[in-house]
Amino acid sequence: MSQVLQHSLPTGTRATRVIGATAILVMAWVVVSGLLLTPQDVVQGESVRIMYVHVPSAWIAYLAFIFTAVASASWLISKKHSMGFDRFAGASAEVGVMFMAITLVTGSLWGRLTWGEFWQWDPRLTTTAFLFVTYIGYLAVRRLEGSVEQRARRSAVVAMLAVLEIPLVHFSVVIWRSLHQGATVLNPSGDVKMDDLMLFTLFSGVVGFTLVFIWLVLHRQRTMLLVDIANNQGLDSAIVARRAEGSANK
Amino acid sequence: MKNKSGTRVTKGKVVTAVLLKDLRIEMRSRVVTNQVLPFAGLVMVMFAFALDNDDVLQRVAGGLVWLATLFSLFIIVQRSFAIDTADGALDSLRVAGIDLSAVFFGKAIALALKLVALEIVLICGAVLLYRVDLSASGLVLLVTCVLCATSGLAFVGTLYGGLTAGAKGRETLLPLLLLPVVAPVLIAATRATEAAFGSGGAQTSEGWAWIGLLTVFAAVFGVGGSLAFGSLIDE
Repeated sequence: MSQVLQHSLPTGTRATRVIGATAILVMAWVVVSGLLLTPQDVVQGESVRIMYVHVPSAWIAYLAFIFTAVASASWLISKKHSMGFDRFAGASAEVGVMFMAITLVTGSLWGRLTWGEFWQWDPRLTTTAFLFVTYIGYLAVRRLEGSVEQRARRSAVVAMLAVLEIPLVHFSVVIWRSLHQGATVLNPSGDVKMDDLMLFTLFSGVVGFTLVFIWLVLHRQRTMLLVDIANNQGLDSAIVARRAEGSANK
Repeated sequence: MKNKSGTRVTKGKVVTAVLLKDLRIEMRSRVVTNQVLPFAGLVMVMFAFALDNDDVLQRVAGGLVWLATLFSLFIIVQRSFAIDTADGALDSLRVAGIDLSAVFFGKAIALALKLVALEIVLICGAVLLYRVDLSASGLVLLVTCVLCATSGLAFVGTLYGGLTAGAKGRETLLPLLLLPVVAPVLIAATRATEAAFGSGGAQTSEGWAWIGLLTVFAAVFGVGGSLAFGSLIDE
């Protein structure tokens, strides 16, 4: 174990390097195409370009949270309670929260340009905001003191409770809005007739963001593993040091 | 499961024992009556200062009652679990080999009783301070709403209270975890209470639709809580 840390093992492997390099290429294409090549929208003008970031990051955020829920459920169900599931759940939630923040920021910027307001109390927006806060809470639970097993159990249960909570929040917001306001405002996805290049750029964005997501999660769960090892080692070496003190005093 | 004298300890007995323990602590410490109730009352008065308009207050009275309840919920839950963890009572319960879902229900019922007492005072406060009218049919709706919403809040509060019990920084973590979860209760209970109060011309019949949501919420977290509570407080 000590050798692992002394050699400061990199978290990259050949696979992550390939994924990372591909992600850079795809993202470079998305930037060039999204900002320069694609035409502006008839209705939304230049603001439509936000969509190339907003839609993929929203997709990744939801994917990340589904991933966290599945990994947490796997941890709870599996007899071995493999810590790998827990680290994947945690890494995925961290990356998911980041992409959800990007989604909310780009979404409200787009909303300001298109609707004239940063925020609308639309069920989808409101549920997304709740999802964001819920997973910030999830990350806070992961940081509670305790053993690695405690962290895994607590956070897996919280992730499962989030799966119960989010549909209830969404449903209640839907009927709250439907009773208080007629149909919701402009459909957030926009009634956009997209030309082929725009659609392809959007698709590339989704692919590029997915690669970035995979790359980040793989690296993050490996750093988490190293942190866990370092913590264990810290305890072990502390015990050894105290024992040495004890025998020296005899 | 059997105790020392060989008699069977049923789940019901554990629920009652935990419930009576929590209520006895309250009877002796009087935290809810002497601290939480005045706090909630103060919140109601502060809302009146902030909103500063009789019409507005009357219209939003339902929401204010439930917001004050939520703020008080955090304090009561924290207090209840702080006592349990400080003396290692929760650890003792865990190693006693009793059904931990029974502990969950015992604590949840105790919390629900405290919350109902608080809500009665808050609703009376709303009638007096915010000049809300309450009809007979509205009262039936309001009582149902209080019972359903309180069950949901008690289950969720106990569940997350157990999760954060003994953790550093639980005072700030508990609201962060609880507020998003109880959002459906706030929405549904507020609308049902507004219907009961007839705020903004709302009909009493409109409120009953929300009772369904409150019931589903209480059922989901009652079942989820009884399953998860044991593993959350397990070290």
